[in-house]
Amino acid sequence: MSTSAERLPPSLRTEALEQLLTERGLVDPAVMDGFIANYEENVGPLNGAKVVARAWTDPEYKKRLLADGTAAIKELGFGGPQGEHIVVVENRPTRHNVTVCTLCSCYPWPVLGLPPSWYKDPAYRARVVREPRVVLSEMGLDLADDVEIVVHDSSAEVRWLVLPERPAGTEQLSEEELVPLITRDALVGVAKVVAP
Amino acid sequence: MTTAPLAYDGPAAPPRSNGELDFAQPWESRAFGMAVSLHDAGAFAWPVFQSALIRRISAWEATHPDGAGWSYYQHWLGALEDVLTADGTVTSAEVDARAEELAARPAGHDHARSSTGHGHGHGH
Repeated sequence: MSTSAERLPPSLRTEALEQLLTERGLVDPAVMDGFIANYEENVGPLNGAKVVARAWTDPEYKKRLLADGTAAIKELGFGGPQGEHIVVVENRPTRHNVTVCTLCSCYPWPVLGLPPSWYKDPAYRARVVREPRVVLSEMGLDLADDVEIVVHDSSAEVRWLVLPERPAGTEQLSEEELVPLITRDALVGVAKVVAP
Repeated sequence: MTTAPLAYDGPAAPPRSNGELDFAQPWESRAFGMAVSLHDAGAFAWPVFQSALIRRISAWEATHPDGAGWSYYQHWLGALEDVLTADGTVTSAEVDARAEELAARPAGHDHARSSTGHGHGHGH
């Protein structure tokens, strides 16, 4: 269609669009800088780790989290775009949850930040639905045959967050000590949390 | 903690390291920031952008079954243009023309940008 789009690198097309929108007063580069910096520096999986550590140590909070993810997450001060309908699914010894967005890249930004490349990649998006056990194994998570794997595909509204199992041997750890054990991959469901 | 690479060779093999940067190149962060900023200012509802993104990705996947040459933010940018041209905010011709102008900048001016923009971005 557009010859320019084919021939010129996306960096120039992005710059062109930003210039046009800036000239029309529709975006402000400084405001854009702020959004970018916020997602690069502040909003990330640490937020999700704090939510999970709280749920592990406070049964009442966990109930609220499973009943209404968005509201319980907001209690800890996390909210914003892509966080309007977060549903938290709890891993159990015989039931493992993993999340994906098969159509694009929906992801709960307020608690995980922006998705990693592999989450957006066509290979992960297609294969985790078709052969989750194989994909998880390739990513380093071998699940026993009697563990059911449930794949949660984001829809237009819902963003999924996995509540991993608290590993054995962490009974003595405080909420603060648990936080650093909880990785992004565990919150997406492609890894488990392991005791230190 | 870190995940092993998917046992999957070829260009569509997912990049992997934990703690990776959100954006592989500066223009990707600008394309991201533009969409988020416009949405925040009320320029469009997020599902409108999301639908455009899904259309871009599925069209690309339908014609690239092996996944070679995948660039997520290229689709993000395309979706943003789709939304902004559909509502008349900009026209494709305007964006084309401005991008051509930028491409024609004197070498000295362009150098800094093209060294980041071209090296990886264009050829993947």
